[in-house]
Amino acid sequence: MVGIVSYGGYVPRYRITPAEIGAVWGIDGKSYGESLGVKAKSVPGADEDTITIAVAAARNALKRVSINPKDIGAIYCGSESHPYAVKPTATVVAEAIGATPDLTAADYEFACKAGTAGIQTCMGLVKSGMIKYGLAIGSDTSQGAPGDPLEYTASAGGAALLIGNEKVVAEINRTYSFTTDTPDFWRREGQMYPSHGGRFTGEPAYFRHVLTCAKKLMEMQGTKPEDYQYAIFHQPNGRFPRRAGKMLGFKDEQINQGLLTPYIGNTYSGAVMLGLCSVLDVAKPGDRILAVAFGSGAGSDGFDITVTDEIQNFKRENAPLIRHYIENAVEVNYAIYTKLKHQIILREE
Amino acid sequence: MRDVAIIGIGMTKFGELWEKSFREIGIEAGLRAIEDAKISGDLLDALYVGNMSAGKLIEQEHVSSLILDYSGYSSKHLPAVRVEAASASGGVALYEAYLAVASGMYDFVMVGGAEKMTDVGDAEANRELCSTADNEWESIFGATYASLFAMLARRHMYEYGTTEEQMAHVAVKNHKFASKNPVAHFKNTLTVEQVLTSSPVATPIKTLDCAPVSDGAAAVVLCPWDHARKFCDTPIKIAGVGLATDTIALHSRRDICTMDAVVRASSKAYHMARIGPKEVNLAEVHDCYTIAEIVEIEDLRLVKKGEGGKATAEGQTDIGGKVVVNPSGGLKGRGQPPGAVGIAQVVEIVQQLRGEAKERQVPGANVGITLNIGGTGATAFVSILKREN
Amino acid sequence: MQIPRFWRQIPNRYNLIGVQCENCKKVYFPPRIVCPDCHRLSIGKMKQYKLSDKGVVHSYTVIYEPAEGFENQVPYIMAIIQLEDGPRITAQIVDCNPEEVKIGSRVEMVFRRLGEDGKAGIIYYGYKFALVKTQT
Ligand SMILES: [Zn+2]
Repeated sequence: MVGIVSYGGYVPRYRITPAEIGAVWGIDGKSYGESLGVKAKSVPGADEDTITIAVAAARNALKRVSINPKDIGAIYCGSESHPYAVKPTATVVAEAIGATPDLTAADYEFACKAGTAGIQTCMGLVKSGMIKYGLAIGSDTSQGAPGDPLEYTASAGGAALLIGNEKVVAEINRTYSFTTDTPDFWRREGQMYPSHGGRFTGEPAYFRHVLTCAKKLMEMQGTKPEDYQYAIFHQPNGRFPRRAGKMLGFKDEQINQGLLTPYIGNTYSGAVMLGLCSVLDVAKPGDRILAVAFGSGAGSDGFDITVTDEIQNFKRENAPLIRHYIENAVEVNYAIYTKLKHQIILREE
Repeated sequence: MRDVAIIGIGMTKFGELWEKSFREIGIEAGLRAIEDAKISGDLLDALYVGNMSAGKLIEQEHVSSLILDYSGYSSKHLPAVRVEAASASGGVALYEAYLAVASGMYDFVMVGGAEKMTDVGDAEANRELCSTADNEWESIFGATYASLFAMLARRHMYEYGTTEEQMAHVAVKNHKFASKNPVAHFKNTLTVEQVLTSSPVATPIKTLDCAPVSDGAAAVVLCPWDHARKFCDTPIKIAGVGLATDTIALHSRRDICTMDAVVRASSKAYHMARIGPKEVNLAEVHDCYTIAEIVEIEDLRLVKKGEGGKATAEGQTDIGGKVVVNPSGGLKGRGQPPGAVGIAQVVEIVQQLRGEAKERQVPGANVGITLNIGGTGATAFVSILKREN
Repeated sequence: MQIPRFWRQIPNRYNLIGVQCENCKKVYFPPRIVCPDCHRLSIGKMKQYKLSDKGVVHSYTVIYEPAEGFENQVPYIMAIIQLEDGPRITAQIVDCNPEEVKIGSRVEMVFRRLGEDGKAGIIYYGYKFALVKTQT
């Protein structure tokens, strides 16, 4: 049985509202935010980046179990905002959680599904017996160009899933991916901000991949939407995942617990994984979860998951629940936001 | 060991000496000391120079040789030694020179302290001061030099009820003295209100709680006590010295509000001089921040532990009080060229004991003490100077 | 800062790895080569020790005139923290307003960026602290 042995999430404490962003660009940000289904987005502190968020999430995951970090045989960090273009995030995480030196580690990039790609790799390594535990992390401090629609949603956060086959709190019954070459969103080497195809990111990209992936996975598993207590879809805004869910036949009650974008924005590689953490925060034995990530470029990773009895012995309380991060937030204005994001040009010493 | 006298003193003005280089100020102070000692420079046996950071601040190492050369003595090939102990460099240089004369190795020794801070910008000057703390375990984490004294101050307030107003009184008193000192960096007087409303640096420390960054140099000439009267009507005796150290990082101290190195160095000096704190008439202490003066007068046992702030606010450290502290204006008013501070303190006490301090003369000055610290108190040098009638 | 100087202290700065004197059991951070209490008796007996990541604020200050590299964080809080295992350390306190910090406040370690060697240089990571808040 391969599955999730532990999980941990982390979201920086700062938030900015669409109204605050819109005011800078002369538009009604409040209405725009409502149309996106986003009330606020998270903003990293001045000393936070994808690496620190990944470490915070990984440490939270390890606080909930008593495993020896040296038994982690692989760490994969997925992000589209690795602080280094060359020099892995994963090695810093490995050192910070005490997993070095007997392990393999690498960084993944696949837009918003780089973290879930890491889950699949870890599953394969665990299943084959090559490693005892694998740690898959999705973490981002995503960038939206100032004034671009992305600025209202691109946020920061991350989650870490410890994959193994002992004391599994949620079994991953199957994973399936649907991948094509679809250039809906990208960032060229050396560019500070990503570019995107506007409305092209919708139908041919997000919806085609998410819906096909979900349908095929359910087909393979012989399941229907009503067999799931929870469904988590990639959440670039608050609307897309609800619409995708509806098109597949899911109800809002199945979607709500795993839909975090309205409160924290799109955490990119962290998005579906944080949604899954939020669901695992409340899930009971036997609950079935469908999780479908989407990464531009494009592909979807789908997971069919069943919560096990082990969750009753699991020490969720040893680390903050996702709700804690959502509730303990501090709103900042646009001026502080630019300061936190290092966009104020300081004097060079 | 022989008794040692100070027969000559000299110093430059302290402040922003834009037009003068490091070597110029170093030599200016030395020549004045020689002139004051009324000796021929040919008599000198050795030179000791206290300097904190010439390597970083003017990109010049090997300043001992440099100063000796530009003093015109290169052809005599005298021994010259540079001493570094952060802002206690001057004091430690004096300590080493004292040992050399007391031991009988040398008869006439020049001890100088010099620092050129303003050839670099404020940021670099502050970085240099920061590097005198534990760079790897304090400074790198974002601690500034002021922030370390600020944490000392906050704890002192917590333990003893010291107030920001009491700290302000240190600045007010020291500026008052500095306004009467022709070599002082600052000539303006301050009010408690001005200090309290100055902008925050690292709470509770505000701009006017901080000593400035200054250029300057000071020098003294030492000789055996038995020769002193030949050159000087009022030689001043170095009655006691003490040098002590403590952990480099403030956080590792037994008690962050007590400078154990100061307690130890002063104990040694008091013992050697056979003088108790009560007999001290005046003190020059290392007020790099106002809280430093408060803690230091406690640890020199000039006032009771925890009562430094109260004593200052009550005027106990001003003229007419128990002991006059920093009649020169201190680092706060006279200025802070780190390497020169320890020597300049001695220059002031000698002037006072000779009765030559004019407007700021402390009446009845017979016994004076100096305290020069390095970093946040990781080094402490104490000297007790005495007028022998 | 030169790379090797930071690199060799990664275990200490990431995970509060200090040392314990096996002679007197006292714990030190940062690591020391000899025990200041046992001196000669501690030679070869200073063993790696992972300190607890919790402590209390022993003293603190809010910095308005920053150290180099911290300009973007002004005002920021520095503290001397008394760790549960005994040693005190100097570190930043993050994720709170200055008025929330008091002497005696309980804090726990977080992992943050400490600095960088300019835009093209190495990024340094390590410990900072955050107030322990009652979880909702
Ligand atoms: Zn010991």
